[in-house]
Amino acid sequence: MTKTALQFRHNGRDVALFVDGGVNLLVALRELIGDMTPKFGCGQGGCGACSVLIDGELHLSCLTLAETVNGRAVETLDGLKNGPNLHPLQRAFMEQFAAQCGYCTPGMLMAAKALLDRNPSPSRAEVIEAISGNICRCTGYEPIINAVLAAASGGRARA
Amino acid sequence: MAKHRGRGIASINYPIGMNLGGDPSQALVHSNPSGKFTVSLSSIDLGQGMKSVTRQICAETLGVPVEDVYVDTADSDTGPHCMGSFASRGTHRVGNAVMAAAKEARGVMMEAAAEELEVNAADLETDGRGNIHVKGAPHRSISTKDVAIAAQFKQGKTISGRGIFLVPLSEVNPETGEMSPATCYAHACLVAEVEVDDETGEVAMVRMDSAYELGRALNPRLVEQQLVGGAWMGISHALFETPEPYYPDPAHGPRDFVEYLMPGPGDICPHDIAVLERPAADGPFGAKGPGEMCANPVLPAVANAIFNAVGVRMDELPITPEKVLRAIKAQGGARPQARR
Repeated sequence: MTKTALQFRHNGRDVALFVDGGVNLLVALRELIGDMTPKFGCGQGGCGACSVLIDGELHLSCLTLAETVNGRAVETLDGLKNGPNLHPLQRAFMEQFAAQCGYCTPGMLMAAKALLDRNPSPSRAEVIEAISGNICRCTGYEPIINAVLAAASGGRARA
Repeated sequence: MAKHRGRGIASINYPIGMNLGGDPSQALVHSNPSGKFTVSLSSIDLGQGMKSVTRQICAETLGVPVEDVYVDTADSDTGPHCMGSFASRGTHRVGNAVMAAAKEARGVMMEAAAEELEVNAADLETDGRGNIHVKGAPHRSISTKDVAIAAQFKQGKTISGRGIFLVPLSEVNPETGEMSPATCYAHACLVAEVEVDDETGEVAMVRMDSAYELGRALNPRLVEQQLVGGAWMGISHALFETPEPYYPDPAHGPRDFVEYLMPGPGDICPHDIAVLERPAADGPFGAKGPGEMCANPVLPAVANAIFNAVGVRMDELPITPEKVLRAIKAQGGARPQARR
């Protein structure tokens, strides 16, 4: 199969690689770039564990053809922290005990970041809607919702 | 056609671990020459906090800072044997094994320290900050790190300990057939409030209030986290999920996350939890275990709340809109019961 040359920004760094036709972005990130933070949950858009941002918008990397991100900017959980400093969302997730097994956490954090980037002080209902494409089997969602609200505008969330 | 509110209650006694005796778990504790300790377990942390709680138990028993203890659950092939992380047995069974192992390791550590300080081991105590000193004379002190170095390189001692917890076999009383199935019980009570739509059969959770008695909560935040998440699983079992919707016919079962129904973040409800602590006589530092009990009371409480709301007794799980609607139709309409 012919390979396609692909260039995009990955967490602020330029990457160039060759991909087979039909390869999805999740495989490109995990197997070709070695960024293991997006998780494979279902491979069909049902769980949100593979969520990443493409040009700032939330996407399911398992349903995104790798070739379509050519020239665009892809953000994953790996790029969330700033050096040794955790992102406010990551700190809030820790403080609110918003992770147990942790498998959904990367996708939850990216969905939450996409929300806060466009709406810095969301309501509880808006947080619920923003993470409704992400399945969590451990936490019961409540601690995750609380963490996102706590991180929003330094905790100044609307009711 | 209307929406009806109803309230239901359920209380449970929950036995910790597997019944009738046995149910063993092992732990090994050893010190590295750095004075840090490793706990080897085959008991897996599923996210419930197994590693954190065994780390706390080990540090507390050894008398060292919690930062100085590392819990390794890497490999059930090479680690000491464990029955597994299920039946709410982790904190109780594995915790007891870790406590026994840490106690033995502490004995060797104190002997090694006594040799260095040229005193009797019985006169020594730990300060919980990484030092061992003579009782009443804190200046006669040695760090656990220096003890570990001396034991390893000078005295030729391994600061280590073995632990196993095994529940005594429950004997049958030949006269009455009576036995004691478990040594340790946790308890819970939960009130669920639901809203049932008698036109669609849909059941929405309104709120839950619960009290859990689970011995001493060794890590209160982890206990609360487990109770919150477990109650969600209870809602899911009560109203949403099943791998075999037409049991025993395996056809038309869900095959993936898209078809397997679970409550999402919009289906949860406020849940107020009270944790009551009555230390267990045979638990590590009095702990029992939240475990499966987090989910158990939710199912009967929800079924009772549905009866209270529309007067139908649901005896098959999950209680789907279709089942509720058929039951309401069969009795000729919703019959709200007295408000409780």
